Amino acid sequence: MAYALQQLINGVTLGMIYGLIAVGYTMVYGIIGMINFAHGDVFMIGAFLSLISLTLLSVLGLSSVPLALALTLVFAAGIAALYGWTIERVAYRPLRGSFRLAPLISAIGMSIVLQNFAQVSQGARVKPIAPLIPGGIQLMNVEGFAVQLSWMQIVIVVTTLAVLGVFTYLVSATPLGRSMRACEQDQKMAGLLGIDTDKTISLTFVIGAALAAVAGLMFLLYYGVIDFFIGFVAGVKAFTAAVLGGIGSLPGAVLGGLAIGLIETFWSAYFSVQYKDVAAFSILVIVLIFLPTGLLGRTDVEKV
Amino acid sequence: MNPILKDAGISALVALGLFGPMIGLKTEASATGLFLVPRPLALAAAVAAVFFGRLVLLTWRGRRPGRYRANRGLSEALKRSGRFLTPVLLAFAVVLPFISGRYGIDLGILVLTYVMLGWGLNIVVGLAGLLDLGYVAFYAVGAYSFALLSQTFGLGFWTCLPLAGLFAATWGVMLGFPVLRLRGDYLAIVTLAFGEIIRIVLLNATSITGGPNGIAGIPRPTLFGLQFSAAGGPDTFSGFFGLEYSPTQRVAFLYYVILGLALLTNWVTLRLRRVALGRAWEALREDEIACRSLGINVTVTKLTAFAIGAAFGGFAGAFFATRNAFISPESFTFIESAIVLAIVVLGGLGSQLGTALAAIVMIGGFEVFRDLAEYRMLLFGTALVLIMILRPRGLVSGRTPSVALGRRREISAELVAEGRG
Amino acid sequence: MDSPLLQVTDLTMRFGGLTAVNALSFEARRGEITSVIGPNGAGKTTVFNCITGFYRPTSGGIALTHPDGAVFQLQTLPGHRIARRARVARTFQNIRLFAGMTVLENLLVAQHNALMPNVASGLLAVFGLGGHGAAEVIAIDRARGWLDRINLLPRADDPAGALPYGDQRRLEIARAMCTAPVLLCLDEPAAGLNPRESDALAELLKTIQADGCSVLLIEHDMGVVMRISDHIVVLDHGQRISDGDPAHVRADPNVIAAYLGEGDEDDPDVPLAAASDGPLAAAS
Ligand SMILES: Nc1ncnc2c1ncn2[C@@H]1O[C@H](COP(=O)(O)OP(=O)(O)OP(=O)(O)O)[C@@H](O)[C@H]1O
Ligand SMILES: [Mg+2]
Repeated sequence: MAYALQQLINGVTLGMIYGLIAVGYTMVYGIIGMINFAHGDVFMIGAFLSLISLTLLSVLGLSSVPLALALTLVFAAGIAALYGWTIERVAYRPLRGSFRLAPLISAIGMSIVLQNFAQVSQGARVKPIAPLIPGGIQLMNVEGFAVQLSWMQIVIVVTTLAVLGVFTYLVSATPLGRSMRACEQDQKMAGLLGIDTDKTISLTFVIGAALAAVAGLMFLLYYGVIDFFIGFVAGVKAFTAAVLGGIGSLPGAVLGGLAIGLIETFWSAYFSVQYKDVAAFSILVIVLIFLPTGLLGRTDVEKV
Repeated sequence: MNPILKDAGISALVALGLFGPMIGLKTEASATGLFLVPRPLALAAAVAAVFFGRLVLLTWRGRRPGRYRANRGLSEALKRSGRFLTPVLLAFAVVLPFISGRYGIDLGILVLTYVMLGWGLNIVVGLAGLLDLGYVAFYAVGAYSFALLSQTFGLGFWTCLPLAGLFAATWGVMLGFPVLRLRGDYLAIVTLAFGEIIRIVLLNATSITGGPNGIAGIPRPTLFGLQFSAAGGPDTFSGFFGLEYSPTQRVAFLYYVILGLALLTNWVTLRLRRVALGRAWEALREDEIACRSLGINVTVTKLTAFAIGAAFGGFAGAFFATRNAFISPESFTFIESAIVLAIVVLGGLGSQLGTALAAIVMIGGFEVFRDLAEYRMLLFGTALVLIMILRPRGLVSGRTPSVALGRRREISAELVAEGRG
Repeated sequence: MDSPLLQVTDLTMRFGGLTAVNALSFEARRGEITSVIGPNGAGKTTVFNCITGFYRPTSGGIALTHPDGAVFQLQTLPGHRIARRARVARTFQNIRLFAGMTVLENLLVAQHNALMPNVASGLLAVFGLGGHGAAEVIAIDRARGWLDRINLLPRADDPAGALPYGDQRRLEIARAMCTAPVLLCLDEPAAGLNPRESDALAELLKTIQADGCSVLLIEHDMGVVMRISDHIVVLDHGQRISDGDPAHVRADPNVIAAYLGEGDEDDPDVPLAAASDGPLAAAS
């Protein structure tokens, strides 16, 4: 029981990270209908940017951890947003409206570029970082098994919720959000009605990338090590989360992320760590077979 | 200010933002924790490269507005020259072992393996319009089936080859059956997931597959029972024909094996296109709903495409295993699927000639830049993006009708659907 | 008396809260042209989709009886079986040709099951076995015959997507007929045709009827409907409001009310002839 509670805490933390990445997938898919394959790698770049920023700040002698984290969050999200903007501009915009497979291949190419860019520029070795926020609270102690809720986990969950809150406000209550939803429905019509579709799509990528960078920072804090390859697996799982939640649905993405995080943690805890990815992917397959539009996706009977 | 200069200046600023932290500050691990190594020169070089690259690009583009028309010209030129390009390529492929050294033959084997994989995947993606991002799974199934069959039962290459294809096809049906109802991108992501699942299983089922250590000592193929070895007895190739043994003989033999397999794939595909099954695949790519209204069993038709594509992937996998004599899960990562898919798309969906050319260009080009080491993949990714921007429809677009009352006339790519499955 | 070819009983189809077809019953008799008419959104296409297996009805039954007495409960069969076993063919309101394939290829795909009864024979065909060659000769002959009938023989090797609109409509009908159906369901075949083309279409449908194939027709062009129908079913809001021969339907006050009440002006789908002269004037 205590063990299960501990796994629940760990799973939720991990799920938050997946959820943050999944939001980026779901937004881009919703608006231009493509799998932004490079999104996982933007997350990886975000993690590297966080690493660089945290190291830089400590070299500069900044000793306040909250301040360092806040600065890093802004820095990583900002630069990652620039990555998101550039990627869309360079690799996807010239292909908009063309052949469906072309943007997908371009995205795969971009993913390879980002991965190898990180490898070339920052080295292939794993980068460890000393834990920034040690300690935590002991929730209970059952027969010698202590259920820990670390400060780190609290910080991750709270930050994620705060970021998601801001983001939800952005897409539901601002003109930007309205433009995004309009483009989602009918890009051509939105354009005719005076919405700058190019700008809206750019902003979608920018926001998605910023959220992915936040996830990157959280990942770095939580695991303490990163390398250039973390983007692929995390990306596939986050996409799984987006599909699981119903692609195009923002709350669905977060829910899907939580589901994947929980499945992965519980599977690792009770069955086998080696097959945790198999569990996540198998869930994806099973859900898609029985629930082809995901948990919160809109059902669309194909009109004939 | 000159608009071109201004644009290049902005690009350089963006590059500074992108590269500043990643290139300008390298994190290094040490015993006491991380420290930073500033690299101002590398950063300046990267930013300058973007600035001048953009400058050159914009100037060039300003001079040549008709870029896209020129592109269509290339596709048509390739297509028209196809009639003699095909025999020339074929002749070259046949004589290659005689005119080239060991390195050339090895490269030829590599290219042909990808040509074969490309042709196999072309059945699924190009003809049936089903987006498969996990094709490498079948390659892996073929390779491991052969390796395990030969190790457990001592079967030879020629016995195992059809079995490997059969296993891969069976997997294709098993994986395909539940997911073929899914449309487009869902199918893509599920096939990708299957590819990863198979790789993880291979990696962890250590007792059977050897886990990360893989399987070594896979037997080499024989020519009607003749082995390629230095022993020189009457049951070896050199001994039987009274030749002097040289390792090139074995490599050349392997080369002809993969050439034969690739040509078989090509022949079967071309034949399939002209019979009811292949036409149904293409119809499925065009309009699945219309197919159903005509009484075509969509699931079965998709499954056959999946299974036949998988079988050829399995053949290629068996060949890969016998050629390398060693396999491990590392050879079957997602990147392989991505490369093969890129070959198919770059070639122009459904085009056999295009796929072959694309494989030559991509794998050959990849080999040319061998010395660049880790920069090679960076270049490869960039090339993928560039190629898609310049030629989203691939090298050879358009479609040749499978049957005609009069003369077969090309169908322009604009009319041909790419499938949603 | 033998049972009707198609018997629809209490057919209901709901999409979420919307009831597109509501407890609809009607029948189509063998050898006749039965028309289904009604204002836009009346549920006509939905009925077709239920008959041809694209939608699974919420409730109700659709029974099809072959001349040999075999009965098919269409609501239980998947779409491809309805086309293959029950031999119901259809066209679509928005043309669904294989645009990137030639006209001839379109007609050969329609004969898929004759060319390839099962997967094994399809695979044998690769090696020239299993009689595929002979079957294809017959299939091409049949296709050629249909192309001749719809005057498209000279364009047999052109991509279907490159044909003019009227030709595409006729090709879609020919493609459906190549499956050798007992019931042909046409969803607005005259939409977008000019008067001359509509006349030719009416003639074509008459010859199809004469060949022994029954027709179920959805059409807004009242000229065509009144001229060739043996029997008309009128739908409104998913319900049958009138049913009978053309003369009966034309005089039915329910029908007139439904059409006039539904505002033809804002329905761009209704052909001009019908909109300007009232829906039923063209045939009177
Ligand atoms: N797949 C679907 N999902 C939701 N609603 C649907 C679907 N198909 C049809 N409908 C609804 O059912 C109603 C009837 O539609 P239907 O297409 O059958 O009308 P129709 O009589 O063919 O009209 P028209 O003359 O314009 O073709 C409409 O309100 C339509 O929006
Ligand atoms: Mg309709």
